Amino acid sequence: MNELLKNAIDWMFAPTRYFLGSVLLLAAVFYFRKVVSRPIVIAAVFALATGFMVWAVRDPNFHKIITKGDNIPIVILLASVVFFSWLALRQAVIHDERKKRGELGPEHELGKQKVFTWPDLVYTEFICILLFTALLIVWSIVVAAPLEEPAASARTPNPSKAPWYFLGLQEMLVYFDPWLAGVVLPGFIIVGLCAIPYLDPNPKGNGYYTFEERPFAWVFFWVGFVLFWVLFVILGTFLRGPNWSFFGPFEFWDVHKLEPLVNVDLSTYVWVYGLGRNLPTNPLVREAPGIIGLLGFFVVIPPLLGKTLLKGLVGRMGFVRYNVFMHLLLWFALLPLKMLLRWTVNLKYIVGIPEWFFNV
Amino acid sequence: MQKLLQAVRDTQIWRSIFRHGYPDTPRNRTLAVLSNTFLHLHPVKVRRSGIRLSYTWCMGGLTFFLFLVETITGLLLMFYYRPTAELAYQDIIGIREHVALGVMREAHRWAAHMMVITVWLHMYRVFLTGSYKPPREFNWNVGVILLVLTLLLSFTGYLLPWDQLAVWAITVGSNMARATPFLGHEGPGASLLSFGGLNFVHAGDDARFGLLAGRFVGEGALLRFYVLHCVGLPLAAATLMAIHFWRVRKDGGISGPL
Repeated sequence: MNELLKNAIDWMFAPTRYFLGSVLLLAAVFYFRKVVSRPIVIAAVFALATGFMVWAVRDPNFHKIITKGDNIPIVILLASVVFFSWLALRQAVIHDERKKRGELGPEHELGKQKVFTWPDLVYTEFICILLFTALLIVWSIVVAAPLEEPAASARTPNPSKAPWYFLGLQEMLVYFDPWLAGVVLPGFIIVGLCAIPYLDPNPKGNGYYTFEERPFAWVFFWVGFVLFWVLFVILGTFLRGPNWSFFGPFEFWDVHKLEPLVNVDLSTYVWVYGLGRNLPTNPLVREAPGIIGLLGFFVVIPPLLGKTLLKGLVGRMGFVRYNVFMHLLLWFALLPLKMLLRWTVNLKYIVGIPEWFFNV
Repeated sequence: MQKLLQAVRDTQIWRSIFRHGYPDTPRNRTLAVLSNTFLHLHPVKVRRSGIRLSYTWCMGGLTFFLFLVETITGLLLMFYYRPTAELAYQDIIGIREHVALGVMREAHRWAAHMMVITVWLHMYRVFLTGSYKPPREFNWNVGVILLVLTLLLSFTGYLLPWDQLAVWAITVGSNMARATPFLGHEGPGASLLSFGGLNFVHAGDDARFGLLAGRFVGEGALLRFYVLHCVGLPLAAATLMAIHFWRVRKDGGISGPL
């Protein structure tokens, strides 16, 4: 029974199911947000998670990974992201419900009152600091900081992992080459975050929790932060073992686990499988299908949507802002797109010019 | 006892430090905040909606607090640590085995991990409450840079124990720089920057070389990361934090409905 359950969980956590399951869960959370935002739900989630941990930690493989010193923060990250997402959603639901009834939301009601910084704010800060100091001291005494063997540049550990907060980027290496996953896309994340205040044309929801006044912004950030960033960090930490192969939570990290490499470039699909001939020698001709496809993606989609579905948005944002917004969004969409193509048709590169280190 | 306390409070020394009575009247509460260097980061009065824990999650404040913890524990660790390839690992062992109250490295490491988490959650909260909207656009940007600096601080610190975990994590992380377009020797476009078969961008002068002061994670990288970790990045972060906090005040305090 135990083994069956463990195997089922290992099966469930394969990247495709893990990711698509998370997407469905997120959609359900937003759709059923009135139910989800009840306190009993979060209490049940944490009770279940605690029960799962107590049961799972007796498994030697699970125990080994979860109790690594540097992995404890990731458990804290997961728990706090779940809790605070719920807390935010709850307050948003309360605000939206009250607004529908023509009442003031909690922030609007309390925002008119002013209180003295001393004692109201100072005491909250003081208690937070006190609790956190206690937590840090206990944690430092109980768990030793990891220290492995002295550095040896001749012995490469397998797996070699970046610090945990960058494991989301390392996980992106499965789908993109380093120049995209490690340089260009992180650069776009930073630029995109900076651009948010200048690209959001919605004046509502400034200084209070609300979902219904800015649904796109909320869904966008939950997808970007919770679904991609946090879940990728967890995937990269707990479910990626030697050779960056996938391992279920209860699976032994076997160095010899083989995953067949069957990925095929788009150019091979078109020239060899589609047209039944050899690959052209000129890389630009060879990669023409991918290049045309990418150009179409970036050049055709923004004006096409701007003329049709998003006409109102162009009017509100103006031409330049709309285009910056669309291009950032399309770069973001490139990741799930590539993931889907990899999972469904084993696509390796849309454009693959290894001669120039230019692979997309 | 009461009299003794009163006598202490009446001394010239006490009165030179605290220029107001116990903060239980509006006047004294105002003075308590206004006449204190640290508390005057806050306004005298704040919106009731903004100070609820359920609203702010206290994540910004905790991030700042953890920065202070890192400064203090990091300062203590610097007494015992020498950033050279021969001595670094040995000193880390020494901090664990021979230094009294030897949990400073633990405190430093766990607080660093927590700081990464609190700064992410702070950004999450600020986004979900729409607090980046006018007039706070600029301060959101300062915050994004501070978030990046937090990650860089943690990344540079990760190398210092000089064990297998540290060296290979930094190797994996810094390998990305090889692929920087035009600036890394395995990046797209780098091969275009050549003249007569001579490459301008190669393993000995590309972005990764600049980051590591060498072709691999070695002594040069250790010193470079140490200086950045202990001096360069904290100075940059402290400067930006001053701007960040000042702008919170200037832009209307903790956000709330307009």
